[in-house]
Amino acid sequence: MFYPLAGKVWPVFAVIAVILAVIGLYIGLFVAPTDFQQGEVYRVIFIHVPAAWMGMFIYLVMAMYGVLALSFNTRISAMMMEALAPTGAMFTALALWTGALWGKPTWGTYWVWDARMTSTLILLFLYAGFIALTHAIEDKRRADKAGALLAIVGSVNIPIIYFSVKWWNTLHQGSTISTTAAPKMAAIMLTAMLLMTFACWAYSIAVALVRVRAIIVEREAGAAWLGELK
Amino acid sequence: MNWSEFFSMGGRAWYVWGSFGAFALAIAVEVILLRARVKSSRVTGEQS
Repeated sequence: MFYPLAGKVWPVFAVIAVILAVIGLYIGLFVAPTDFQQGEVYRVIFIHVPAAWMGMFIYLVMAMYGVLALSFNTRISAMMMEALAPTGAMFTALALWTGALWGKPTWGTYWVWDARMTSTLILLFLYAGFIALTHAIEDKRRADKAGALLAIVGSVNIPIIYFSVKWWNTLHQGSTISTTAAPKMAAIMLTAMLLMTFACWAYSIAVALVRVRAIIVEREAGAAWLGELK
Repeated sequence: MNWSEFFSMGGRAWYVWGSFGAFALAIAVEVILLRARVKSSRVTGEQS
């Protein structure tokens, strides 16, 4: 059964997250050198990029669970979708905040309404909308269906965010990392950034598993097997 | 290790530590709220 399995697995991801974060933060703050152009403030990248990637990735995972929930009517898919939303929203908000703090000293402004920043803000609204919608509908099955639709339809925003720097003239810089070409950033900086990304990924999994266990307990209120726990 | 240089971050302390601090705060708040939810879910679960 999923509940006990999730209970055994989440601490592993939590430990992985802490270890990767400690190493990543150490390299990012103490080992990676001062940037030639941006000085020290570039170090925000070690939070900003992992947070932005997680905000986008988590929404896609939610949409995937939405497809599963609608196609196979499995309750666990809908519950995982619900469990992921707050964490995705948190990372998206963090990406916007850290981006603003990086933007002011480097590019002169906390915010512009360019394609990437606007579409990321929309992503935050989508998360907030998903959470509000699923809480507003009393009937859990209908709430799941409505949430799944919002997650699926809203996921069109993710490629928009991703390609925005290519399709439009944005203040936000173009992509530095590619799957086909060598990265345009120093190896040690890339290492720290990737470590932080995987730390945030492991953290998200741990938190989502804990949250889905709480959701299972909430939904199964009154069921006999709950009495057999602890 | 020059700590005062480290904390100053080239004069950009607000931007750098405002970011890392927000990260720490966001994680802490999420974990605290999640633990509260787990506790209250057990209360809900015990009611039938």
